[in-house]
Amino acid sequence: MDLYREEILEHWQNPSNFGKFDDADLVINQVNPLCGDKVTFFFKFSQKHLRGGVRASSREHLGGDLSDVMIDDVSFTGSGCAISVASSSMLSEYMKGKKVSSLSKLTGDKVLGLIGGPVTPARLKCAFLPLEVIRKLKDNI
Amino acid sequence: MNVSNIRKDFPILSRKINGKPLVYLDSAATSQKPRQVIDAIKTHLETSNANVHRGIHTLTVEATEAYDKARKKIADFVGVKDSSEIIFVRNTSEAINLVAYSWGRLNIGKGDEIVLTIAEHHSNIVPWQQLATENGAVLKFVPIENGELDIKAFERALTKKTKLVTFAHVSNILGTIFPVEKLVKLVRDQRPEIRIFIDGAQAVPHMKVDIPKIGCDFYAFSGHKMLGPSGIGVLWGRRKILGKMPPFLFGGDMISTVKVDESEWAELPLKFEAGTPNIEGAIGLGAAVDYLKEIGMENVRKHEVELTKYALDELAKIPEVTIYGPLNSVIARSPSTSLRTTKQSKKRSLRYPRDDNRAGVISFNIGSIPAHDVATIMDSEGVEIRSGFNCAEPLADFLGTGPLARASFYIYNDKSDVDRLILGLRKVQEVFGRVGKWDGRRKNKNNNLQTHHPTLLHT
Repeated sequence: MDLYREEILEHWQNPSNFGKFDDADLVINQVNPLCGDKVTFFFKFSQKHLRGGVRASSREHLGGDLSDVMIDDVSFTGSGCAISVASSSMLSEYMKGKKVSSLSKLTGDKVLGLIGGPVTPARLKCAFLPLEVIRKLKDNI
Repeated sequence: MNVSNIRKDFPILSRKINGKPLVYLDSAATSQKPRQVIDAIKTHLETSNANVHRGIHTLTVEATEAYDKARKKIADFVGVKDSSEIIFVRNTSEAINLVAYSWGRLNIGKGDEIVLTIAEHHSNIVPWQQLATENGAVLKFVPIENGELDIKAFERALTKKTKLVTFAHVSNILGTIFPVEKLVKLVRDQRPEIRIFIDGAQAVPHMKVDIPKIGCDFYAFSGHKMLGPSGIGVLWGRRKILGKMPPFLFGGDMISTVKVDESEWAELPLKFEAGTPNIEGAIGLGAAVDYLKEIGMENVRKHEVELTKYALDELAKIPEVTIYGPLNSVIARSPSTSLRTTKQSKKRSLRYPRDDNRAGVISFNIGSIPAHDVATIMDSEGVEIRSGFNCAEPLADFLGTGPLARASFYIYNDKSDVDRLILGLRKVQEVFGRVGKWDGRRKNKNNNLQTHHPTLLHT
């Protein structure tokens, strides 16, 4: 099947950035209730005022121009199907060094481009699981 | 029972999926419909369509007769003599909600206990969970042991505070046929006033069910899983209990008189059937019952037992396959055909799936390949199976399995469908390469049946 190219399976078996940061600035959980995929993303931001070892999930911790916030490092954990894990892995690579403001413009088509292949309609939700995380990102910093 | 003749009655079975002949192995989700059911609905709509229980013209009389006749057929099918105890609802979920709202909110209060099993479908958990949240009642879940209900724990769960006991007749994941008569007796022996609700959604389509013989107080099932259309289901309740229950929905058809400031309710069953009902749905379900009676439910069951046994044997030939459900304590034949090891494996005994108390439902995993990917690849081969939590997430959590793949059978499936299932699984293994043959030596501590992708353990 075209969907299960070697690259996808490779990312599923050995996902990039798989693990947990204890000192993350922001933690975002996302689930796909339909199939039971669960993913947790851990973000570290570049701006110093966002750091401090606490989850910066409330706006009162923050200040300055949020559009400048850059993702310094990212990791994820969870369990899921090959498509959602591979997509999470590929997107975690893509996110590093990107500004939150530019990531929030990421479209589904672009994600499919990154994955590099057609995804059957029933599986789009799996492919877009990390995209849902990115969409939450802006609202949470 | 002639499956090839039966197959001719199901128009959908001649279609192709992704260029391959359809193999439909998801009847536990919904069944396919024979031409006889489709025609009954079509004929009604083309010749006798009108509203029921209203007016006196010819069409409304014909429609009412057909609707009431369907109710009688369905009552007879499940051994119920008084057809006014058969309430038409949309599905099993609605039947459970009806009882939870109408009976539950009157009879279950703070500190009262509802006993159910961890293997329940979401539809037999969430309405009670909601009731418990509102009224301060307590839910007690009876665990599953080796795919079967832990009877001792069930007995222990019954206390002076128990108001309701509810369980599935057949598990939609494990395929286990629970010993419903025995469970009812255990409850009655303890305290006869405890009410018992049985979710029969996975039982009535597949075996002879005699509701009065079981001895419960409520029983529910869905039409769409038994060859009928969707949007029609049945709640059965004891007349004495139903009679005391307030209506769940209010409006037309459920009243006897209406004044501006008060109304009186209609007799059973109409008290619980507000508004224009699903008339063609009931007629379609009546036709489905005719079709199943013609085959004979004993034959349906016999066919599914044989097919399930064949499928379990064939699945056992793939070493990476883990099967869930009832297990037999049998000394190992040879390690190469072993299905799984359990706690008992440490004692050098292996367990094999039981097929005598199992319906035609097989949940499984293959190596560490996620169930959804299994189902996607199977679909590309024309084989339609279910994957995910299959509406029983608490059970998946309890077993520690994560999402599962599920194949389920019905009267139109035969051994060639099982062979296509196996071929499909070989294809899945081929696509996933060595991962598909990963032998799962790493075990999840919480569950002795399950293997996990080493990189994807929950953190």
